Amino acid sequence: MYRYDGIDKEILADRAAEFRGQVVRRLAGEMTEDQFKPLRLMNGLYLQLHAYMLRVAIPYGSLNSVQLRKLAWIARTYDKGYGHFTTRTNLQFHWIKLADTPDILDALASVDMHAIQTSGNCIRNVTADPFAGATAEELDDPRVWSEAIRQWSSLHPEFSFLPRKFKLAVTASAKDRTAAKVHDIGLLLRRGRDGALGFEVIVGGGLGRTPYVGPTIREFLPAARLFSYLEAVLRVYNRHGRRDNIYKARIKILVSALGAEEFARQVEAEWEKVGTAGDLPDTELARIRAAFAPMNFETLPARSEAFETARAANPAFARFVRNNVKPHKKAGYAIVEVSLKAIGETPGDASAEQMDVVADLAERYGQDDIRVTHEQNLVLPHIRLDDLPTVHGVLAQAGLATPNIGLVSDIIACPGLDYCALANARAIPVAQHIAERFADPDRAENIGELKIKISGCINACGHHHVGHIGILGVDKKGEEFYQLTLGGSGAEDAAVGSILGPALPAARVAEAVDVLVEVYLRERQDGERFLDTFRRTGVAPFKEAVYADAH
Amino acid sequence: MPTRIKLDHGRMALVEDPFTHVADDEGVPHGDVIVSLTRFQAEGERLLSDGRLVGVRLEPSEEVEALAYDLPRIAVVAVAFPKYRDGRGYTAARLLRERYAYAGEVRAVGDVLREQAGFMVRCGFDAFEPADGSTPQAWEQAAHRHRHVYQRAADARAPAYAERGEQ
Repeated sequence: MYRYDGIDKEILADRAAEFRGQVVRRLAGEMTEDQFKPLRLMNGLYLQLHAYMLRVAIPYGSLNSVQLRKLAWIARTYDKGYGHFTTRTNLQFHWIKLADTPDILDALASVDMHAIQTSGNCIRNVTADPFAGATAEELDDPRVWSEAIRQWSSLHPEFSFLPRKFKLAVTASAKDRTAAKVHDIGLLLRRGRDGALGFEVIVGGGLGRTPYVGPTIREFLPAARLFSYLEAVLRVYNRHGRRDNIYKARIKILVSALGAEEFARQVEAEWEKVGTAGDLPDTELARIRAAFAPMNFETLPARSEAFETARAANPAFARFVRNNVKPHKKAGYAIVEVSLKAIGETPGDASAEQMDVVADLAERYGQDDIRVTHEQNLVLPHIRLDDLPTVHGVLAQAGLATPNIGLVSDIIACPGLDYCALANARAIPVAQHIAERFADPDRAENIGELKIKISGCINACGHHHVGHIGILGVDKKGEEFYQLTLGGSGAEDAAVGSILGPALPAARVAEAVDVLVEVYLRERQDGERFLDTFRRTGVAPFKEAVYADAH
Repeated sequence: MPTRIKLDHGRMALVEDPFTHVADDEGVPHGDVIVSLTRFQAEGERLLSDGRLVGVRLEPSEEVEALAYDLPRIAVVAVAFPKYRDGRGYTAARLLRERYAYAGEVRAVGDVLREQAGFMVRCGFDAFEPADGSTPQAWEQAAHRHRHVYQRAADARAPAYAERGEQ
């Protein structure tokens, strides 16, 4: 993992000191809330329905045990003992006092963490493949590029007042675990014909009010030219993106208005002028790359007796392995997904105790490496098969072994009206009702991969457009209603879902999902996922079933 | 005489401003003036031939490229920030310095706040008309809060990767 050097640490310290000064001025009444607002937002501090919310950056979703323990300590000391992992792989504390925030930022800085650019119209936290460095699928380690992007984008003098927020994703695997195609920029690592490393560059994807799967504007960008190209994209956007209407200010609207071809042409013209002066020197890339050098993996047999014995003896462990354990690039190791979707709990929430448990496991069994996924789960990317039964046992005791990764109850949900000032409807209780309805693990496994994503408003923080089943909360004359969309995907087969029909009252949502699932089980052909069946049959059988009693 | 904060050899100082901002519907007074791009394009030749210094005010929607051929005879480019959130002026300043090697004054006018000082200096601004009553001391402190920077920009500061290279 990347370790902050003296320069990185001093940048964080200066930033924390700057914010402390601003909070002091605000608390002393030297600044109005209006004047303070943009400053606190630059440090990830929001004023929500009940309290301040602090959004802590987890760059490219990567943590070590010391950092996760510090987050647990902050949850215990300054919040109500828990935190919420977000679809941007950040962590939100929802019950923060303004006067505590400078101390919290200092505590974060003490473990090389911060809240810089977790809000505001700037370049936000980069999403990277949570299996980076562990999966055999990848062409290169996306964390190298993500860390370089983190540095390049931090406190960028030209791009800190963009028309709107700006999100990047980096992935190096054919299987996309980052939702790259619905980011402002998606960077897909590729090999050129000559074997050279480069990126396919996707620009202008996004969710919100106007969802788009982003078009490719460059098939192959030589890897060494990444930063001059990013500068060109951001400059074209900064100059020409709309600023007259907050809902039309994202880069997707500019790309769509110009057309991908014309946008690409403008970027190429600007890129030529920027030249190689805009690139990062190879020496710096090599320095960052060295920080992500492969771990000291042991040479192990592919088959572990301890693992096989436990799998044969313990059905709960066997189920966990089927759903939460993924192949590792090294024989004798596995990638373990830790579900934060226990049935009936709040998706993405983790208690301080749970954070400590995961930190301990990572330190003892997992090369001190922890990842956060955009689907609001955690990953222990390097666990020896020999240790898996023990790790599973510890996770189970902490309520962290729910064997439902990718299944119907592994639901993404935004905080919704329970916390958020923008929301029209609650998202968490809807997720809980659905999860409870599908609590039978045999049934959930039989249904197979099914991604349900719930947003409490059109801003789509819960990614509902790209859910296999998407659920959007709307307000109808003061009542919470939910609009269902089907057929979306945020993965390599990205698509925006289509609306099923009229919105449903809260009490009918879980039942409607059940009806949709039954239609799928009836219609599915061998090996089809829900998404595949939907794409084959179209919306008709699903729509008919859900609205049958309305006829 | 009015004043503006001027960056000179790395120090911020309050310096008298010989320029008068002239709106499009005002008559042009004697002495050095800053006029809109539109007015400069219409009357620039005449104003310059009076033997005075002429500056141009650039609005966010106006492209810095429009000034390219006139830059050698423009004494000030006043980059306007109608709202602090409108970040187009940062690009304008960088292009003036880096792409056109403009050596005259690049001045930030409009909704210019202390918290932007660091970004502005990095993008090549060297004169400021703060809207928040900042003193040169406060401005200087705000501009130099950070000991290091990660990116190369229009100022001379070495980015972190260059500092590391020297170590």
